[in-house]
Amino acid sequence: MTCENCGEREAEIHLTQIVDDEMTTVHLCSRCAEEQGYAESSEPAAEVTSGEGENVPLTDFLAQMGKGGGEESMLPAPSEPCPYCGTTIEDFRKTGRLGCPQCYPHYEAQLRPLLRRLHGSTQHVGKLYVGSDSEEEDRHTRLSALRRKLDRAVETEDFEKAAELRDRIEEMEGEPETEPVE
Amino acid sequence: MTTAERDLGTEGLEWLAGEGREHEIVLSTRVRLARNIQGMPFSSRAGTDERQRVLERVRGSLSDVENLPDPALWRMDGLEPVDRRVLLERHLVSRDVAGPDEGEAPPAAALVLGGEGRSGVTRGLLVNEEDHLRLQTLVSGLQLESAWEEVDALDDEVGDRLPYAFHHEFGYLTSCPTNVGTGLRASVLIHLPGLVLTKEINKVLQGMSQVGITYRGLFGEGSEVVGNFFQISNQTTLGKSESDLIDHLGKIVDQVIEYEQRARGVLLKEAPGVMEDKVWRAYGILRHARSLSFDEMMNLLSGVRLGLTLKLLPTPRVLTLNKIMVLGRTAHLEREAGRSLDEGDADERRAAFVRELLAADEDRAAAAEPDSPPESDGRDDASPVAGDSDDSDDEQ
Repeated sequence: MTCENCGEREAEIHLTQIVDDEMTTVHLCSRCAEEQGYAESSEPAAEVTSGEGENVPLTDFLAQMGKGGGEESMLPAPSEPCPYCGTTIEDFRKTGRLGCPQCYPHYEAQLRPLLRRLHGSTQHVGKLYVGSDSEEEDRHTRLSALRRKLDRAVETEDFEKAAELRDRIEEMEGEPETEPVE
Repeated sequence: MTTAERDLGTEGLEWLAGEGREHEIVLSTRVRLARNIQGMPFSSRAGTDERQRVLERVRGSLSDVENLPDPALWRMDGLEPVDRRVLLERHLVSRDVAGPDEGEAPPAAALVLGGEGRSGVTRGLLVNEEDHLRLQTLVSGLQLESAWEEVDALDDEVGDRLPYAFHHEFGYLTSCPTNVGTGLRASVLIHLPGLVLTKEINKVLQGMSQVGITYRGLFGEGSEVVGNFFQISNQTTLGKSESDLIDHLGKIVDQVIEYEQRARGVLLKEAPGVMEDKVWRAYGILRHARSLSFDEMMNLLSGVRLGLTLKLLPTPRVLTLNKIMVLGRTAHLEREAGRSLDEGDADERRAAFVRELLAADEDRAAAAEPDSPPESDGRDDASPVAGDSDDSDDEQ
């Protein structure tokens, strides 16, 4: 069988993917597979893996992140750093790690194609988290995020935003700590 | 929970028990879940103070957790370097948690282990790896379902006490997007000498990678395959339920075991004399050598393990082989010696340790069956220690 991409070399990689419930199989030679990120590059030093060393070709993909603009780009243009932890798309490209849970909603648009590529899906179908007894926790989290935003607004002299944030913080601080029990 | 550190002693070694399904081929099964606490930066990005806070919150939430009775906690920055290496050698911590062999441990990284539970099960969690929490169950033999059930139950309890970062679409949020969703990594440590000797292994590994299963060496990330041991695990974590991931891996592992058995059958049929010679030589060197490097020991152990399952060798027990693999590593020898050892010293002590354990098993077998001296050809006798695997192919 010849490679579906170049039509020249013998296909060595036969990749079956399930995307949106449709199964497709592609037959590629090792060079085309490498170019398309399906096979490991011959330069292992460039490999970015997760904590336990999965053989995932993250690097090629990450290398495209944040470059934006070009025709080949699969990703939207880079956005602002994560408002909570300050992680930039550049940081993520370098380390392959996000900075905090809020990075996920923040970089949603960039992450979706990556997750599809890594996992063949973006939708979690496993265990659902009902949550700890954490009303207090939520309030705490929201408050500290607001305070960070306020600091940043003051730093950038965005006083209109700062005033709005200060009001919201005061409002939250004024709420009773827990729901009154009847 | 116990904050005073228990002595490392034999902590966390339950998974070496040499019991459970297919325990001759599959040394152990591990299932781990990556979890993070809401509203805090991931450990990989957190500063020392934030990591410290994560540790405090985890510590505070672990009292009265039914699925982690009598927990003990070891802070890596409170341990001697040799003890951190001991934990690495026991496969209880990752390099990220243990830190470099020489030099400082990562701040506020810790290992928590439950007290005595079900036999052959090691339960615990890592704090401040790249994620805040890595809950894990490490079980002897091939026991994917029960390992998952145990860690699932632990996760339920811990999740009630700590608010996890969870997203309606992406699931459990993790520092690295390769773990997001279920946060589940299930892996088995499997011994595949038959496939290596028949040179079928690459085909099998390649086939696995096409169905979302990946492999690593003995010590995880980037480590080489030593002693024909492979860690096989799921590659994706998102878009499938935990039980589907576990089932899928289980099916693949069963298939790999079948291929391995077939390869062993072929070897035994095609070259019985060579095989017998090979495993007895391996045993002979281990039993009598005066100096053994770790790699040499692992390769010889692989031969002996193969000989044992093919009933070519009467001793030792699988349990003994498992113990040697871990307790015969350098940090364990240094801990025993009470000082650091140079390479020559370590190799000599390793050889002495191995001789001692193998001799003890010979004595044990001799005592159990006085008519059958341990030096006899294992093929003829019905050894009480060999497994009951099918040897009907064994024609000469």
